[in-house]
Amino acid sequence: MRIGSGAGFSGDRIEPAEDLLRRGALDDLVLECLAERTIALGQQRRLADPDTGYDRRLVARFSRLLPLARQGGVRIVTNMGAANPLAAGRVTRGLLGPSGTVAVVTGDDVLAGLDLDAPAVEDGLPLRAHGEVVSANAYLGADAIMPALRAGADVVLTGRVADPSLFLAPIAERLGWDLEDTAQAACGTLIGHLLECAGQLTGGYFADPGRHDVPGLAELGFPYAEVGPDGRASFHKLPGTGGELSRATVREQLLYEITDPAAYQTPDVVLDLREVTVDTRGPDVVQVAGAVGRTRPDQLKVSVGYRAGYRTEAGISYVGPNARRRAGLAADIVRTRLAGIRARLRVEVLGGGDEYRLRVAAASHDVALLEEVGFEVESLYTNGPAGGGGVRVHTGQVIGIVSTFVPRDRVHPAVTLMEADDAAAS
Amino acid sequence: MPLLHDLAHCRAGDKGNVATLSVIPYDDERYPLLVREVTADRVREHLARFIAGEVIRYELPNLCALHFVCQHVVDGGVTTSLALDSHGKTLSSRLLSLPVPAPGPVSRNSAGLPGQEQGGPQAPAR
Repeated sequence: MRIGSGAGFSGDRIEPAEDLLRRGALDDLVLECLAERTIALGQQRRLADPDTGYDRRLVARFSRLLPLARQGGVRIVTNMGAANPLAAGRVTRGLLGPSGTVAVVTGDDVLAGLDLDAPAVEDGLPLRAHGEVVSANAYLGADAIMPALRAGADVVLTGRVADPSLFLAPIAERLGWDLEDTAQAACGTLIGHLLECAGQLTGGYFADPGRHDVPGLAELGFPYAEVGPDGRASFHKLPGTGGELSRATVREQLLYEITDPAAYQTPDVVLDLREVTVDTRGPDVVQVAGAVGRTRPDQLKVSVGYRAGYRTEAGISYVGPNARRRAGLAADIVRTRLAGIRARLRVEVLGGGDEYRLRVAAASHDVALLEEVGFEVESLYTNGPAGGGGVRVHTGQVIGIVSTFVPRDRVHPAVTLMEADDAAAS
Repeated sequence: MPLLHDLAHCRAGDKGNVATLSVIPYDDERYPLLVREVTADRVREHLARFIAGEVIRYELPNLCALHFVCQHVVDGGVTTSLALDSHGKTLSSRLLSLPVPAPGPVSRNSAGLPGQEQGGPQAPAR
């Protein structure tokens, strides 16, 4: 079977996915669009308007991708449901065209039953001690997606699901694998882990001009994998696209965010990467094998979002002769004027050569206090060193993330099927 | 002295305020040199301004790669950090400025890799 990676984060480019749908002869395309904080931010939008909370670019992305996917018979699996998969499903079925089925996977939202006195993994403090908790989402596994695939869905929308599980499920469904088989779950998880960041596998985070050049980055292509029934997988990108898919890029991605190469834990399996082999099979073709799996963890990880107040960032630039000392003086002035402010404060001078920038960052629950920080930087125009320019001030809300674990039997994934609007009308 | 940048590429990852750093030689034959020179202690020392906790090194001879897991990144925790690079993604490039002794010429018929324990962590540097 052939599975492509069409997005590695919410803001990712859309063109490479279009190209994969047109020319990739794919069975499945996965769009991974859900960072840890995104779901907490979505939850807040949903509180303000119950029809929102899904990925902000869902309509833009699907308007371009769904016609191509339907035409080519490519199934799409994505976590763009974010904090509101059902609302995402309703919008998506309107974009499907004359026919087709959307399946929505729910059950990751465990906020209602969350024990706020449970300790956070990061610091051992009770969850409630971090701030007002606004979201709690369990990382669902491939088993939560499987019923949606077996029901014949053309598009699967989820909320929080472990990234590799988005790939493991369609691979296992196409190849008739058993998710309980740790060897098969390990193979599919390894493939998913390599594909989940899309362009990071094809050289999109690798170029170092003069040291290691990557051709055609402006037309970077995204990867796809050909997976055999035995779990052996080769990784490719489309001819004519930019980038590089090599042992170097594959090994970087293999170890990316791995905190224990002997035990990478997902809801599906505990993956051991130590025996993995990565071999070049041709230009931009790499074969990967050797995943070893152990039985999946008993508990599911839960990502908990809490209100962490607000953050302001402000800056001003100094250039030319003596710029470093003028920026340093500006930093001293701001530190003096903000001495004693009840906010976390960071004042630093960045840059080099003949261009330096004062950067001031502050965090607090009191947004009025943070406004003062911005004004003190802006005031340097007429109350500071010579020649400052380019003041920018930005203030935004901060969602903090901590994690905890819940027993599997406390999480109840479910699938809702929705037919295309036009089909329902006829 | 040459820099690690001359021999290897590196990618940083983050999980909360834990940073991961892979170090992968452009040429497999440089792996033994990296095993010898790029120890957990040296990484900890080189990144001391940025990493407050322990550094564990994993050796992956099958992949010809080293992998470092660094506890307590000073500016870490992407969500609440005040640093410009709140993810700590640029730690990878900082690590590549580590000086390493000039390697000898690559010998294509060398016997290859030393017999390190498979992926086992060394004693952590504190």
